[in-house]
Amino acid sequence: MFDIVGKRKWYFLLSSVLITLGIIAMIISLTRFGTLFRLSIDFTGGTLWELRFPQPVTPAEVREVFVDQGYSDTTVQTTTDGYTALIRCKPLEPEVKTQIAQILFDKFGKAEELRYELVGPTIGALVTRTAFIATIAAALVILVFIILAFRRVPNAFRYGVCAIAAMVHDVLVASGFFALMGLIAGWEVDALFLTAILTVIGFSVQDTIVVFDRIRENIPKRRGEPFEVIVNRSLLETLHRSLATQLNAIFVLVAILLFGGQTMKQFASVLLVGMISGTYSSIFNAVPLLVSWELGDFGRLFRRRADKRAAA
Amino acid sequence: MSQRNIVLLIVIILLTAFALWVVLPNNPGIHIKIGSWRFDRDIYIHLGLDLRGGTQLLLEADLPAGETVTLDAMEAAKTIVENRVNALGVTEPLVQLQGDRRIIVQLPGIENPDAAIQTLRSTGLLEFVDTGDLSLPEGTVIRTTYSTAEEGAQPTPTAEAAPEATPTPATITDQVFTTIMTGRHLKSARVGTDEYGRPEIEFELTDEGAKIMADFSRKNVGKFLTITMDKVVISSPRIETPITEGRGRITSQQGFKLEEAQRLAIQLRYGALPVPLKVVETRSVGPTLGQDSVQRSLRAGIIGLIVVLLFMLSYYRLLGSVADMALLIYALLNLAIYQLVPVTLTLPGITGFLLSTGMAVDANILIFERMKEELRAGRPLHSAIEAGFSRAWTSIRDSNISTLLTCVILYWFGSNYGASMVKGFAVTLFIGVLISMFTAITVTRTFIITLFSLTGEKLREKKWLLGA
Repeated sequence: MFDIVGKRKWYFLLSSVLITLGIIAMIISLTRFGTLFRLSIDFTGGTLWELRFPQPVTPAEVREVFVDQGYSDTTVQTTTDGYTALIRCKPLEPEVKTQIAQILFDKFGKAEELRYELVGPTIGALVTRTAFIATIAAALVILVFIILAFRRVPNAFRYGVCAIAAMVHDVLVASGFFALMGLIAGWEVDALFLTAILTVIGFSVQDTIVVFDRIRENIPKRRGEPFEVIVNRSLLETLHRSLATQLNAIFVLVAILLFGGQTMKQFASVLLVGMISGTYSSIFNAVPLLVSWELGDFGRLFRRRADKRAAA
Repeated sequence: MSQRNIVLLIVIILLTAFALWVVLPNNPGIHIKIGSWRFDRDIYIHLGLDLRGGTQLLLEADLPAGETVTLDAMEAAKTIVENRVNALGVTEPLVQLQGDRRIIVQLPGIENPDAAIQTLRSTGLLEFVDTGDLSLPEGTVIRTTYSTAEEGAQPTPTAEAAPEATPTPATITDQVFTTIMTGRHLKSARVGTDEYGRPEIEFELTDEGAKIMADFSRKNVGKFLTITMDKVVISSPRIETPITEGRGRITSQQGFKLEEAQRLAIQLRYGALPVPLKVVETRSVGPTLGQDSVQRSLRAGIIGLIVVLLFMLSYYRLLGSVADMALLIYALLNLAIYQLVPVTLTLPGITGFLLSTGMAVDANILIFERMKEELRAGRPLHSAIEAGFSRAWTSIRDSNISTLLTCVILYWFGSNYGASMVKGFAVTLFIGVLISMFTAITVTRTFIITLFSLTGEKLREKKWLLGA
C-alpha cells in the first residue's frame, strides 16, 4: 500500500513555506499601503473610470487633467495598445465628472465609457463591516456544521480542529496569493474576492469531509489495524474521487481564465488557487494532522531528523 | 425494471422536453387565460447590467447622519424616483428601497447615464415666488419661505450639463421671498414649443392651484412672478394680465435645450422629492464591454463544459456517458429555471453556474467510485449499483449542505449593500447545487437502472466499459 501519511513532515513543510510567502507579501503590502492587500474602491470608496479613446493616450497626460482639477491622488493605467485608460481617483461628484469628461474629450477625442464606478466613503465603510460579519458568520456556520457532521465519531473535536486547520490553510494560501499579485500586478481586493474566499472555505471543508467520512466508516470495519494504516487506506480510497472532482472544477476555472472576460480573471484565479489548495490541504494536511495528533508526534516529526543526523 | 423506475424515466423525459422548450430561442412565453384569470409571462434570459450595459445607482437621503428619515418620506421618494425612471423610457428598470435611507435604481441599457442621474436626484421642487418689483436673472439661487426638508438642509442646485459662458449667478441670501405655491398644485406638465419652435414647458394647475394663481395675479398685475426649480430661478416673467384659467407656460430667456425641458417636465409631473438625495454609489458598464463579456463567458462556458464531458466519458466510459447525459439535462434545467423564475444573470452568476457544473459531476464521481469498489469486492452488478448510490449519499449530502450554507451567507452579504455581483454568484451556485442533487442522483440512477435492465448482468464482464 502506498504510504501517504508517513511522509507528512514534507507536506507540512511545503504548506508552511507557501503560507510564509503569502504572509510576507501581506506584510510588504502593509508597510506599503497600510493594509494587508490593495483594497479596491468597494472598501475604500472612490472612483474607477474606464474610457476607450479614439487615439492612444499616455497615463501621464490623462492624469494631468485630473491633477489640474484638484484630484492629485489619481492613478491612471493604460492598456497595452494605449487606447483604453483605467482611472482611479477620489469620488467624483456627477457635475465634476461631466466637466472632466468634457475636458478629456476636447483633448483626446470623444471616448467611449466602458465602465464607471463610484463608491462613496460611507458605502465603503458599510461594505467593509458587512464583509467582516459575513466572514465571521461563514466561519461559525461551517464550525457548527463540522461539529454536527462528526458528532458520533470518537474524538470528534480532533476532526473538527483538523478540518478547520485545513480551511485556515486554504484561506491563507489564497489570500497570500492575492497579496502577492497585488504587489506584482496591482490586484485589488473587492467584494468578489471575498466571495471567492468564502466559496473556497465551503469547498475546502467539503473535500475534507469526504475523506473524514471514509475514515469514520473504516474505523469500525477494521478494528485492530493501527490508526495510521486505516487513515492511509481511507485516503487512497478517496484519492480518485478527490482528484477527479478537482480536475473538473479546475477545467472549468481554467476555461474561464483563458477564454472568459477580463473582469472575471481575478475572481477565477482566487477560486482556482483556493481549490487546488483545498484538495492539497484535505489530503496532505488535515488527514496527516489527525494522525500526528493520534500518535502525539507532531513535535517529534521535525526533531527526529535531527536525532538521525546526530546518530550518523 | 420496476414500476417506479419507469415512472421516473417518463418524468425525466417530460421535464427535459419542457426545459428544452423553455430554453429554445423565440419562445412564445406562457400565456394562459381561464375566464377572467390570466397568466402572462414572456420567457427569455434576463441579463444583468454588467452584461447588457447600464447603470446602477444607490441614492441616499442627503441629511445629517444623526437625522432619521421617516419610512413614509422614503417610500414617497421611491415612488417619485420610480415615476421619473419610467418617464425616462428605460426598459425593465428597477427601483428598490434598501435599508432605511437608501434607494437602489437600476437602469439597463441607458445611453446617457449622467443626464439620467441628474433627472433622478434633483429634488424637483417647483415654486412660484413673489419677487415683487424684482426680475431675477436666470440661474440665481434664492431663499424662499417654503422648505421641503428640514431647515438648513441645502437642496442641490441643478447644475448646467455643459458650463457655458454664463456669468456666475449671484446668490441672494439676505432676502427671503414668499412662496405663493409649489409644484404640488400642478395637474400636468409637458414639453411644447413656443412660436419660434423653441422648447418650452406647458403646465396646467389643479382647481385649487388655479384659484391661488388667479387671486395672486389679480392683485399683482405689473409685478414679477418668479418661477424656481430647487431654489434656482428658471424664469422671472412680469404678470401682464391676471392668470385665471389655470394654465401657463414656462419659457427660458436663453431658450431651453430640449433635454433640459424634458427633464424639467418629468420632475414637475411627478412632484418634488420629500428628502434630498445624493448619489453614494454608481456602477456603469458600457454596452460594448457588456457584449464582449457575454461572448467571452459563453465561449468559456461551452469549452469548460465540453472538457468536463470528455473527461467523464474517458474516465468512466459507459457510466461517464450516463453522467454526461445527466449533466446536459442539468445544464438545460438550470437555464430553464433562470428564464422561468426569472434569475437575472450576471458575470459572476455565470461563473457560479459553471462552478456548479463541476459540483454536479462531483456527486456522480462519488457514486461511480463507490460502485467500482463494490464491483471489485465481487458484488453482482445490481447490488453494486444500489450500494454505490446509498453509500455515497451521506458524503454528497454533507458536502452540498456546506456549499448551500456558504451561498446563503453570500446572498445576505450581497443583498446588504446592493452588490448584485455577489448576489448573482450566490443565487446561481445555490440553484445549481439543488438541481445537481436531483440530476446527479435521481437522473443518473434512473438511467443506470434502465441501462442495466436492458443489458443485465452481462455488463459486469465488460470491465473496460465500466472503467473499473
